Amino acid sequence: MAAQGNSYRELLPHLFRLEYSKMTAVLCRHFGLQHIEVAEDIASETFLRATEVWGIDGIPENPTAWLYTVAKNKTKDYLKHVTVFETQVKDKIKPDTLTTEEDFDFTQQAITDSQLAMIFAVCNPANVAEAQICLALQILCGFSLQEIADAFLTKTETIKKRLHRARVNLRNDTFQIRLPDEESIRSRLDAVLSTLYLLFNEGYFSRSNNHLVRKDLCSEAIRLAVVLTGSPLTNTTQVNALLALMCYQSSRLNARANDEGEVILFEQQDKSLWSQPLIDKGNYYLVNACSGNEISRYHLEAGIAYWHTTPADASKWQHILQLYNQLIIMAYSPVTALNRTFAFAKVYGNEKGIMEAEKLGLSGITYYHSLLGYLYADTNAEKAIAHYTQAIHLTKSASEKRTLTKEIERLRRAFPSPGSGCDQLVV
Amino acid sequence: MKEFVLIFRVNGNSDVKPSPEQMQERMNWMAGIAAQNKLVDKGNSLSPVSAKTVKPGNVVTDGPYTEIKEFIAGYIIVKTATIDEAVELAKANPIFKTGGNIEVREVIKRD
Repeated sequence: MAAQGNSYRELLPHLFRLEYSKMTAVLCRHFGLQHIEVAEDIASETFLRATEVWGIDGIPENPTAWLYTVAKNKTKDYLKHVTVFETQVKDKIKPDTLTTEEDFDFTQQAITDSQLAMIFAVCNPANVAEAQICLALQILCGFSLQEIADAFLTKTETIKKRLHRARVNLRNDTFQIRLPDEESIRSRLDAVLSTLYLLFNEGYFSRSNNHLVRKDLCSEAIRLAVVLTGSPLTNTTQVNALLALMCYQSSRLNARANDEGEVILFEQQDKSLWSQPLIDKGNYYLVNACSGNEISRYHLEAGIAYWHTTPADASKWQHILQLYNQLIIMAYSPVTALNRTFAFAKVYGNEKGIMEAEKLGLSGITYYHSLLGYLYADTNAEKAIAHYTQAIHLTKSASEKRTLTKEIERLRRAFPSPGSGCDQLVV
Repeated sequence: MKEFVLIFRVNGNSDVKPSPEQMQERMNWMAGIAAQNKLVDKGNSLSPVSAKTVKPGNVVTDGPYTEIKEFIAGYIIVKTATIDEAVELAKANPIFKTGGNIEVREVIKRD
Protein backbone atom coordinates (compact mmCIF):
# COMPACT_ATOMS: atom_id res chain seq x y z
CA MET A 1 0.00 0.00 0.00
CA ALA A 2 1.43 3.34 -1.00
CA ALA A 3 2.05 5.49 2.03
CA GLN A 4 0.95 9.09 2.18
CA GLY A 5 3.82 11.35 3.12
CA ASN A 6 1.90 13.67 5.37
CA SER A 7 -0.40 11.29 7.26
CA TYR A 8 2.37 10.03 9.55
CA ARG A 9 1.44 12.85 11.89
CA GLU A 10 -1.89 11.16 12.48
CA LEU A 11 -0.56 7.61 12.53
CA LEU A 12 2.35 8.11 14.92
CA PRO A 13 0.46 9.25 18.03
CA HIS A 14 -1.86 6.28 17.55
CA LEU A 15 1.04 3.84 17.19
CA PHE A 16 2.80 5.46 20.10
CA ARG A 17 -0.16 4.85 22.39
CA LEU A 18 -0.44 1.29 21.10
CA GLU A 19 3.20 0.18 20.95
CA TYR A 20 5.29 2.33 23.29
CA SER A 21 4.26 0.55 26.47
CA LYS A 22 4.58 -2.89 24.86
CA MET A 23 8.06 -2.06 23.64
CA THR A 24 9.08 -0.77 27.05
CA ALA A 25 7.67 -3.88 28.72
CA VAL A 26 9.64 -6.27 26.49
CA LEU A 27 12.85 -4.27 26.89
CA CYS A 28 12.36 -3.90 30.62
CA ARG A 29 11.99 -7.61 30.98
CA HIS A 30 15.45 -7.90 29.54
CA PHE A 31 17.15 -5.07 31.41
CA GLY A 32 15.38 -5.50 34.71
CA LEU A 33 13.16 -3.08 36.52
CA GLN A 34 16.19 -1.21 37.91
CA HIS A 35 16.96 0.00 34.41
CA ILE A 36 13.48 0.93 33.31
CA GLU A 37 14.77 4.34 32.18
CA VAL A 38 17.06 2.66 29.64
CA ALA A 39 14.12 0.75 28.21
CA GLU A 40 12.03 3.92 28.05
CA ASP A 41 14.87 5.86 26.40
CA ILE A 42 15.23 3.26 23.69
CA ALA A 43 11.47 3.22 23.06
CA SER A 44 11.35 7.03 22.97
CA GLU A 45 14.33 7.26 20.61
CA THR A 46 12.65 4.73 18.34
CA PHE A 47 9.60 6.95 17.99
CA LEU A 48 11.75 10.02 17.58
CA ARG A 49 13.54 8.26 14.71
CA ALA A 50 10.15 7.46 13.17
CA THR A 51 9.12 11.12 13.14
CA GLU A 52 12.38 12.03 11.42
CA VAL A 53 12.37 9.27 8.81
CA TRP A 54 8.67 8.99 8.07
CA GLY A 55 8.38 12.72 7.57
CA ILE A 56 10.83 12.47 4.68
CA ASP A 57 10.42 8.95 3.29
CA GLY A 58 6.74 8.44 4.07
CA ILE A 59 5.20 5.70 6.15
CA PRO A 60 6.84 2.29 5.65
CA GLU A 61 4.87 -0.75 4.42
CA ASN A 62 4.53 -2.22 7.90
CA PRO A 63 4.92 0.62 10.42
CA THR A 64 4.79 -1.61 13.51
CA ALA A 65 7.46 -3.98 12.19
CA TRP A 66 9.58 -0.97 11.27
CA LEU A 67 9.36 0.33 14.84
CA TYR A 68 10.34 -3.01 16.37
CA THR A 69 13.29 -3.44 13.99
CA VAL A 70 14.60 -0.01 14.94
CA ALA A 71 14.06 -0.75 18.65
CA LYS A 72 15.92 -4.03 18.27
CA ASN A 73 18.88 -2.33 16.57
CA LYS A 74 18.99 0.47 19.10
CA THR A 75 19.05 -2.08 21.90
CA LYS A 76 21.92 -3.95 20.28
CA ASP A 77 23.81 -0.68 19.86
CA TYR A 78 23.21 0.16 23.47
CA LEU A 79 24.41 -3.24 24.69
CA LYS A 80 27.47 -3.07 22.48
CA HIS A 81 28.26 0.33 23.89
CA VAL A 82 27.79 -0.87 27.45
CA THR A 83 29.91 -3.94 26.79
CA VAL A 84 32.70 -1.82 25.35
CA PHE A 85 32.46 0.42 28.35
CA GLU A 86 32.47 -2.49 30.75
CA THR A 87 35.36 -4.35 29.10
CA GLN A 88 37.68 -1.54 28.08
CA VAL A 89 36.93 1.24 30.48
CA LYS A 90 36.02 -0.65 33.63
CA ASP A 91 37.84 -3.81 32.56
CA LYS A 92 35.11 -6.01 33.79
CA ILE A 93 32.84 -8.37 31.91
CA LYS A 94 29.52 -9.70 33.03
CA PRO A 95 28.65 -12.11 30.24
CA ASP A 96 25.58 -13.37 32.10
CA THR A 97 23.76 -10.11 32.09
CA LEU A 98 25.16 -8.39 29.05
CA THR A 99 25.17 -10.02 25.69
CA THR A 100 25.07 -8.67 22.20
CA GLU A 101 24.26 -12.04 20.69
CA GLU A 102 20.75 -12.29 21.95
CA ASP A 103 18.04 -11.58 19.47
CA PHE A 104 15.20 -9.57 20.87
CA ASP A 105 11.99 -11.41 21.06
CA PHE A 106 9.23 -9.08 19.92
CA THR A 107 6.77 -11.86 19.08
CA GLN A 108 3.15 -11.57 20.10
CA GLN A 109 3.59 -14.08 22.92
CA ALA A 110 6.66 -12.30 24.28
CA ILE A 111 4.82 -9.00 24.19
CA THR A 112 1.82 -10.41 26.04
CA ASP A 113 4.00 -12.06 28.69
CA SER A 114 6.09 -8.93 29.15
CA GLN A 115 3.02 -6.73 29.45
CA LEU A 116 1.56 -9.06 32.03
CA ALA A 117 4.79 -9.01 34.01
CA MET A 118 4.93 -5.23 33.72
CA ILE A 119 1.37 -4.82 35.00
CA PHE A 120 2.29 -6.84 38.06
CA ALA A 121 5.46 -4.84 38.61
CA VAL A 122 3.78 -1.46 38.32
CA CYS A 123 0.75 -2.23 40.48
CA ASN A 124 2.97 -2.25 43.50
CA PRO A 125 1.41 -1.89 46.95
CA ALA A 126 4.58 -0.03 48.05
CA ASN A 127 3.10 3.01 46.29
CA VAL A 128 -0.09 4.78 47.37
CA ALA A 129 -3.08 4.30 45.08
CA GLU A 130 -2.78 7.64 43.30
CA ALA A 131 0.90 7.10 42.55
CA GLN A 132 0.15 3.61 41.24
CA ILE A 133 -2.35 5.06 38.78
CA CYS A 134 0.12 7.70 37.62
CA LEU A 135 2.77 5.03 37.09
CA ALA A 136 0.32 2.78 35.28
CA LEU A 137 -0.65 5.66 33.00
CA GLN A 138 2.95 6.50 32.21
CA ILE A 139 4.52 3.06 31.96
CA LEU A 140 1.64 0.82 30.93
CA CYS A 141 -0.36 3.27 28.84
CA GLY A 142 2.30 5.61 27.44
CA PHE A 143 0.62 8.80 28.67
CA SER A 144 2.67 11.99 28.68
CA LEU A 145 3.17 14.07 31.82
CA GLN A 146 0.77 16.65 30.41
CA GLU A 147 -1.91 14.05 29.75
CA ILE A 148 -1.62 12.62 33.26
CA ALA A 149 -1.74 16.12 34.72
CA ASP A 150 -4.90 16.79 32.67
CA ALA A 151 -6.52 13.62 33.95
CA PHE A 152 -5.83 14.58 37.57
CA LEU A 153 -6.41 18.32 37.08
CA THR A 154 -2.96 18.90 38.57
CA LYS A 155 0.19 20.74 37.55
CA THR A 156 2.69 18.68 35.57
CA GLU A 157 5.27 19.56 38.25
CA THR A 158 3.20 17.75 40.89
CA ILE A 159 2.82 14.70 38.69
CA LYS A 160 6.54 14.73 37.98
CA LYS A 161 7.35 14.64 41.69
CA ARG A 162 4.76 11.96 42.36
CA LEU A 163 6.16 9.80 39.55
CA HIS A 164 9.72 10.29 40.72
CA ARG A 165 8.91 9.04 44.22
CA ALA A 166 6.92 6.13 42.82
CA ARG A 167 9.76 5.12 40.52
CA VAL A 168 12.24 5.08 43.39
CA ASN A 169 9.93 2.72 45.25
CA LEU A 170 9.55 0.61 42.14
CA ARG A 171 13.30 0.23 41.70
CA ASN A 172 13.84 -0.62 45.35
CA ASP A 173 11.23 -3.33 45.23
CA THR A 174 12.58 -6.83 44.97
CA PHE A 175 9.79 -7.82 42.61
CA GLN A 176 11.27 -9.47 39.54
CA ILE A 177 10.18 -8.32 36.13
CA ARG A 178 9.53 -11.68 34.62
CA LEU A 179 6.32 -13.57 34.33
CA PRO A 180 5.41 -13.92 38.00
CA ASP A 181 4.92 -17.37 39.43
CA GLU A 182 1.56 -18.52 40.70
CA GLU A 183 2.39 -17.58 44.27
CA SER A 184 3.25 -13.94 43.62
CA ILE A 185 0.34 -13.64 41.20
CA ARG A 186 -2.06 -14.67 43.90
CA SER A 187 -0.61 -12.26 46.41
CA ARG A 188 -0.57 -9.31 44.03
CA LEU A 189 -3.62 -9.83 41.85
CA ASP A 190 -5.80 -7.91 44.32
CA ALA A 191 -3.49 -4.89 44.08
CA VAL A 192 -3.45 -5.16 40.28
CA LEU A 193 -7.23 -5.28 40.08
CA SER A 194 -7.72 -2.36 42.41
CA THR A 195 -5.27 -0.25 40.37
CA LEU A 196 -7.15 -1.07 37.17
CA TYR A 197 -10.43 -0.34 38.95
CA LEU A 198 -9.13 3.06 40.11
CA LEU A 199 -7.69 3.78 36.67
CA PHE A 200 -11.08 3.12 35.14
CA ASN A 201 -12.91 5.22 37.74
CA GLU A 202 -10.44 8.05 37.24
CA GLY A 203 -11.69 8.11 33.66
CA TYR A 204 -15.34 7.42 34.34
CA PHE A 205 -15.77 9.89 37.19
CA SER A 206 -12.91 12.09 36.03
CA ARG A 207 -12.32 15.52 37.44
CA SER A 208 -11.17 16.46 33.97
CA ASN A 209 -13.63 17.93 31.52
CA ASN A 210 -11.61 16.62 28.63
CA HIS A 211 -13.91 13.95 27.26
CA LEU A 212 -11.17 12.34 25.17
CA VAL A 213 -8.80 11.91 28.10
CA ARG A 214 -11.60 10.30 30.07
CA LYS A 215 -12.42 7.83 27.32
CA ASP A 216 -8.74 6.97 26.95
CA LEU A 217 -8.43 6.19 30.65
CA CYS A 218 -11.43 3.88 30.50
CA SER A 219 -10.32 2.05 27.38
CA GLU A 220 -6.78 1.64 28.70
CA ALA A 221 -8.11 0.06 31.91
CA ILE A 222 -10.15 -2.34 29.79
CA ARG A 223 -7.20 -3.11 27.53
CA LEU A 224 -5.00 -4.01 30.52
CA ALA A 225 -7.72 -6.16 32.08
CA VAL A 226 -8.08 -7.98 28.76
CA VAL A 227 -4.32 -8.69 28.90
CA LEU A 228 -4.98 -10.38 32.26
CA THR A 229 -7.61 -12.65 30.71
CA GLY A 230 -5.02 -13.73 28.13
CA SER A 231 -3.13 -15.90 30.61
CA PRO A 232 -4.67 -18.88 32.40
CA LEU A 233 -2.81 -17.78 35.55
CA THR A 234 -4.64 -14.47 35.74
CA ASN A 235 -7.90 -15.25 33.97
CA THR A 236 -9.78 -15.46 37.27
CA THR A 237 -13.48 -14.92 37.89
CA GLN A 238 -12.62 -11.63 39.65
CA VAL A 239 -10.84 -10.30 36.56
CA ASN A 240 -13.85 -11.24 34.44
CA ALA A 241 -16.20 -9.56 36.90
CA LEU A 242 -14.12 -6.38 36.80
CA LEU A 243 -14.12 -6.47 32.99
CA ALA A 244 -17.89 -6.93 32.93
CA LEU A 245 -18.26 -3.92 35.22
CA MET A 246 -16.00 -1.77 33.05
CA CYS A 247 -17.79 -2.80 29.84
CA TYR A 248 -21.24 -2.00 31.26
CA GLN A 249 -20.08 1.38 32.57
CA SER A 250 -18.31 2.22 29.31
CA SER A 251 -21.46 1.46 27.35
CA ARG A 252 -22.92 4.69 28.81
CA LEU A 253 -19.86 6.91 28.31
CA ASN A 254 -21.33 8.72 25.30
CA ALA A 255 -24.65 9.29 27.02
CA ARG A 256 -23.19 10.54 30.31
CA ALA A 257 -21.99 13.98 29.29
CA ASN A 258 -23.37 16.70 27.06
CA ASP A 259 -21.32 18.84 24.69
CA GLU A 260 -20.36 21.18 27.54
CA GLY A 261 -18.97 18.26 29.53
CA GLU A 262 -21.80 18.41 32.08
CA VAL A 263 -22.77 15.09 33.61
CA ILE A 264 -26.19 13.86 32.52
CA LEU A 265 -27.93 11.94 35.27
CA PHE A 266 -28.80 8.33 34.61
CA GLU A 267 -32.53 8.89 34.32
CA GLN A 268 -32.13 11.70 31.80
CA GLN A 269 -29.70 9.87 29.51
CA ASP A 270 -30.56 9.24 25.88
CA LYS A 271 -30.56 5.44 25.94
CA SER A 272 -30.07 5.26 22.17
CA LEU A 273 -26.52 6.51 22.83
CA TRP A 274 -25.73 3.46 24.95
CA SER A 275 -23.37 1.06 23.19
CA GLN A 276 -25.01 -2.35 22.68
CA PRO A 277 -21.72 -4.07 21.64
CA LEU A 278 -20.19 -3.07 24.99
CA ILE A 279 -23.27 -4.26 26.88
CA ASP A 280 -22.97 -7.60 25.04
CA LYS A 281 -19.31 -7.81 26.02
CA GLY A 282 -20.27 -7.07 29.61
CA ASN A 283 -22.75 -9.94 29.51
CA TYR A 284 -20.06 -12.23 28.10
CA TYR A 285 -17.60 -11.44 30.89
CA LEU A 286 -20.27 -11.58 33.58
CA VAL A 287 -21.17 -15.13 32.52
CA ASN A 288 -17.46 -16.04 32.75
CA ALA A 289 -17.24 -14.37 36.15
CA CYS A 290 -20.04 -16.52 37.52
CA SER A 291 -18.33 -19.83 36.69
CA GLY A 292 -17.03 -20.22 40.24
CA ASN A 293 -18.41 -19.82 43.74
CA GLU A 294 -16.46 -16.71 44.56
CA ILE A 295 -18.29 -13.42 45.01
CA SER A 296 -16.04 -10.36 45.05
CA ARG A 297 -16.95 -6.69 45.19
CA TYR A 298 -16.42 -6.63 41.42
CA HIS A 299 -19.08 -9.31 41.01
CA LEU A 300 -21.54 -7.23 43.03
CA GLU A 301 -20.72 -4.02 41.20
CA ALA A 302 -20.92 -5.75 37.82
CA GLY A 303 -24.32 -7.12 38.87
CA ILE A 304 -25.52 -3.61 39.73
CA ALA A 305 -24.17 -2.25 36.45
CA TYR A 306 -25.94 -5.08 34.62
CA TRP A 307 -29.30 -4.13 36.13
CA HIS A 308 -28.72 -0.52 35.07
CA THR A 309 -28.58 -1.67 31.45
CA THR A 310 -32.02 -3.30 31.68
CA PRO A 311 -35.31 -1.44 31.19
CA ALA A 312 -37.09 -0.41 34.38
CA ASP A 313 -39.50 -2.99 35.75
CA ALA A 314 -40.98 -3.57 39.17
CA SER A 315 -38.17 -5.80 40.44
CA LYS A 316 -35.18 -3.93 39.03
CA TRP A 317 -34.50 -1.70 42.02
CA GLN A 318 -35.15 -4.58 44.43
CA HIS A 319 -32.28 -6.47 42.80
CA ILE A 320 -30.05 -3.40 42.83
CA LEU A 321 -30.77 -2.77 46.51
CA GLN A 322 -29.96 -6.37 47.44
CA LEU A 323 -26.62 -6.13 45.63
CA TYR A 324 -25.84 -2.81 47.34
CA ASN A 325 -26.76 -4.37 50.69
CA GLN A 326 -24.20 -7.12 50.12
CA LEU A 327 -21.63 -4.64 48.86
CA ILE A 328 -21.90 -2.28 51.85
CA ILE A 329 -21.71 -5.21 54.28
CA MET A 330 -18.58 -6.46 52.46
CA ALA A 331 -16.78 -3.10 52.37
CA TYR A 332 -17.83 0.34 53.60
CA SER A 333 -17.36 3.39 51.45
CA PRO A 334 -19.30 6.67 51.57
CA VAL A 335 -20.20 6.42 47.88
CA THR A 336 -21.56 2.89 48.29
CA ALA A 337 -23.54 4.02 51.35
CA LEU A 338 -25.10 6.88 49.37
CA ASN A 339 -25.79 4.79 46.27
CA ARG A 340 -27.41 2.15 48.46
CA THR A 341 -29.63 4.82 49.98
CA PHE A 342 -30.69 5.97 46.51
CA ALA A 343 -31.69 2.37 45.65
CA PHE A 344 -33.45 2.08 49.04
CA ALA A 345 -35.51 5.18 48.23
CA LYS A 346 -36.38 3.72 44.82
CA VAL A 347 -37.80 0.63 46.51
CA TYR A 348 -39.38 2.06 49.68
CA GLY A 349 -40.12 5.64 48.65
CA ASN A 350 -38.41 8.99 49.22
CA GLU A 351 -39.70 9.47 52.76
CA LYS A 352 -38.05 6.29 54.05
CA GLY A 353 -35.05 7.08 51.88
CA ILE A 354 -34.63 10.43 53.65
CA MET A 355 -34.72 8.73 57.07
CA GLU A 356 -32.07 6.27 55.90
CA ALA A 357 -29.93 9.03 54.36
CA GLU A 358 -29.97 11.30 57.41
CA LYS A 359 -28.49 8.51 59.54
CA LEU A 360 -25.37 8.32 57.37
CA GLY A 361 -23.47 11.21 58.95
CA LEU A 362 -21.88 12.27 55.65
CA SER A 363 -22.75 15.97 55.71
CA GLY A 364 -19.25 16.90 54.50
CA ILE A 365 -19.80 15.21 51.15
CA THR A 366 -21.31 16.86 48.06
CA TYR A 367 -23.22 13.77 46.96
CA TYR A 368 -24.89 13.46 50.40
CA HIS A 369 -26.52 16.88 49.90
CA SER A 370 -27.37 16.41 46.23
CA LEU A 371 -29.00 13.08 47.13
CA LEU A 372 -31.05 14.67 49.93
CA GLY A 373 -31.91 17.55 47.59
CA TYR A 374 -33.22 15.01 45.10
CA LEU A 375 -35.18 13.08 47.77
CA TYR A 376 -36.78 16.25 49.17
CA ALA A 377 -37.51 17.82 45.78
CA ASP A 378 -41.10 16.53 45.46
CA THR A 379 -42.27 17.17 49.02
CA ASN A 380 -40.22 19.99 50.54
CA ALA A 381 -38.74 22.41 48.00
CA GLU A 382 -37.26 24.61 50.71
CA LYS A 383 -35.23 21.78 52.22
CA ALA A 384 -34.31 20.52 48.77
CA ILE A 385 -32.94 23.94 47.81
CA ALA A 386 -31.02 24.17 51.11
CA HIS A 387 -29.33 20.83 50.43
CA TYR A 388 -28.59 21.67 46.80
CA THR A 389 -27.06 24.97 47.95
CA GLN A 390 -24.89 23.10 50.43
CA ALA A 391 -23.80 20.73 47.64
CA ILE A 392 -22.83 23.70 45.45
CA HIS A 393 -20.69 25.02 48.30
CA LEU A 394 -18.91 21.71 48.66
CA THR A 395 -18.24 20.68 45.07
CA LYS A 396 -15.15 21.77 43.19
CA SER A 397 -16.54 20.75 39.82
CA ALA A 398 -17.78 23.66 37.74
CA SER A 399 -20.11 21.49 35.68
CA GLU A 400 -21.67 20.01 38.82
CA LYS A 401 -22.25 23.53 40.16
CA ARG A 402 -24.07 24.38 36.92
CA THR A 403 -26.20 21.22 37.04
CA LEU A 404 -27.18 21.86 40.67
CA THR A 405 -27.91 25.54 40.03
CA LYS A 406 -30.24 24.60 37.19
CA GLU A 407 -32.06 22.23 39.55
CA ILE A 408 -32.49 24.99 42.15
CA GLU A 409 -33.84 27.37 39.50
CA ARG A 410 -36.29 24.69 38.38
CA LEU A 411 -37.50 24.22 41.98
CA ARG A 412 -37.83 28.00 42.49
CA ARG A 413 -40.02 28.24 39.40
CA ALA A 414 -42.14 25.25 40.41
CA PHE A 415 -42.57 26.30 44.06
CA PRO A 416 -42.30 30.10 44.27
CA SER A 417 -42.31 31.07 47.94
CA PRO A 418 -42.97 34.62 49.19
CA GLY A 419 -39.82 34.85 51.31
CA SER A 420 -37.43 33.27 48.87
CA GLY A 421 -35.42 36.43 48.32
CA CYS A 422 -33.50 35.97 51.56
CA ASP A 423 -31.51 32.84 50.82
CA GLN A 424 -28.90 34.16 48.45
CA LEU A 425 -27.20 31.61 46.31
CA VAL A 426 -23.43 31.79 46.30
CA VAL A 427 -21.90 30.09 43.28
CA MET B 1 -15.69 3.83 69.51
CA LYS B 2 -16.68 0.77 71.52
CA GLU B 3 -17.69 -2.58 70.15
CA PHE B 4 -20.92 -4.30 71.07
CA VAL B 5 -22.15 -7.80 70.29
CA LEU B 6 -25.85 -7.97 69.43
CA ILE B 7 -27.10 -11.46 70.33
CA PHE B 8 -30.34 -12.57 68.70
CA ARG B 9 -32.70 -14.81 70.64
CA VAL B 10 -35.75 -16.42 69.11
CA ASN B 11 -38.54 -18.62 70.39
CA GLY B 12 -38.03 -22.35 70.21
CA ASN B 13 -41.11 -22.88 68.08
CA SER B 14 -40.12 -20.31 65.45
CA ASP B 15 -37.55 -22.46 63.67
CA VAL B 16 -39.50 -22.23 60.44
CA LYS B 17 -37.54 -20.93 57.47
CA PRO B 18 -37.74 -17.15 57.14
CA SER B 19 -39.69 -15.86 54.15
CA PRO B 20 -37.89 -13.95 51.37
CA GLU B 21 -39.48 -10.75 52.68
CA GLN B 22 -38.13 -11.42 56.18
CA MET B 23 -34.69 -12.14 54.76
CA GLN B 24 -34.84 -8.89 52.81
CA GLU B 25 -35.85 -6.96 55.94
CA ARG B 26 -32.93 -8.42 57.90
CA MET B 27 -30.50 -7.60 55.12
CA ASN B 28 -31.83 -4.05 54.91
CA TRP B 29 -31.34 -3.68 58.65
CA MET B 30 -27.77 -4.95 58.64
CA ALA B 31 -26.84 -3.01 55.49
CA GLY B 32 -28.33 0.10 57.11
CA ILE B 33 -25.85 -0.32 59.99
CA ALA B 34 -23.02 -0.96 57.53
CA ALA B 35 -24.00 2.19 55.61
CA GLN B 36 -23.38 4.18 58.80
CA ASN B 37 -19.96 2.52 58.97
CA LYS B 38 -20.92 0.93 62.28
CA LEU B 39 -20.68 -2.74 61.32
CA VAL B 40 -17.58 -4.49 62.66
CA ASP B 41 -18.49 -8.10 61.87
CA LYS B 42 -21.54 -9.41 60.08
CA GLY B 43 -21.40 -12.39 62.44
CA ASN B 44 -23.05 -15.72 61.76
CA SER B 45 -26.24 -17.63 62.22
CA LEU B 46 -26.11 -20.50 64.68
CA SER B 47 -27.77 -23.75 63.67
CA PRO B 48 -30.77 -24.71 65.83
CA VAL B 49 -30.55 -28.31 64.61
CA SER B 50 -26.88 -29.23 64.65
CA ALA B 51 -26.54 -28.33 68.32
CA LYS B 52 -25.59 -30.05 71.56
CA THR B 53 -25.27 -28.78 75.09
CA VAL B 54 -22.51 -30.15 77.28
CA LYS B 55 -23.13 -30.14 81.06
CA PRO B 56 -21.13 -31.22 84.10
CA GLY B 57 -20.74 -34.93 84.67
CA ASN B 58 -20.44 -35.89 80.99
CA VAL B 59 -24.05 -35.01 80.36
CA VAL B 60 -24.66 -34.12 76.71
CA THR B 61 -28.11 -33.13 75.55
CA ASP B 62 -29.40 -32.59 72.02
CA GLY B 63 -30.23 -29.09 70.91
CA PRO B 64 -29.07 -25.61 71.86
CA TYR B 65 -29.01 -24.31 75.39
CA THR B 66 -32.47 -22.92 76.09
CA GLU B 67 -33.76 -20.67 78.79
CA ILE B 68 -37.51 -21.28 78.90
CA LYS B 69 -38.13 -21.66 75.12
CA GLU B 70 -35.57 -19.23 73.77
CA PHE B 71 -32.30 -20.04 72.03
CA ILE B 72 -29.54 -17.97 70.47
CA ALA B 73 -29.96 -17.77 66.70
CA GLY B 74 -27.00 -15.60 65.75
CA TYR B 75 -24.99 -12.48 66.43
CA ILE B 76 -23.32 -9.47 64.83
CA ILE B 77 -20.76 -6.97 66.15
CA VAL B 78 -21.26 -3.21 65.82
CA LYS B 79 -19.20 -0.18 66.83
CA THR B 80 -20.79 2.87 68.41
CA ALA B 81 -19.79 5.60 70.84
CA THR B 82 -22.17 4.45 73.58
CA ILE B 83 -24.25 1.41 74.50
CA ASP B 84 -27.39 3.52 74.05
CA GLU B 85 -26.49 4.07 70.42
CA ALA B 86 -26.03 0.32 69.96
CA VAL B 87 -29.45 -0.20 71.57
CA GLU B 88 -30.96 2.26 69.08
CA LEU B 89 -29.52 0.22 66.20
CA ALA B 90 -30.95 -2.96 67.72
CA LYS B 91 -34.42 -1.46 68.11
CA ALA B 92 -34.90 -1.29 64.33
CA ASN B 93 -34.35 -5.03 63.85
CA PRO B 94 -37.38 -6.95 62.49
CA ILE B 95 -36.80 -9.77 65.04
CA PHE B 96 -39.32 -8.22 67.44
CA LYS B 97 -42.16 -8.86 64.97
CA THR B 98 -41.70 -12.60 65.51
CA GLY B 99 -41.31 -12.50 69.28
CA GLY B 100 -37.53 -12.58 69.43
CA ASN B 101 -35.23 -10.32 71.44
CA ILE B 102 -31.74 -8.86 71.26
CA GLU B 103 -29.12 -8.78 73.98
CA VAL B 104 -26.54 -5.97 73.69
CA ARG B 105 -23.15 -6.64 75.30
CA GLU B 106 -20.02 -4.51 75.24
CA VAL B 107 -16.93 -6.37 74.05
CA ILE B 108 -14.14 -6.31 76.61
CA LYS B 109 -10.92 -6.86 74.71
CA ARG B 110 -8.31 -9.11 76.28
CA ASP B 111 -4.85 -7.56 76.25
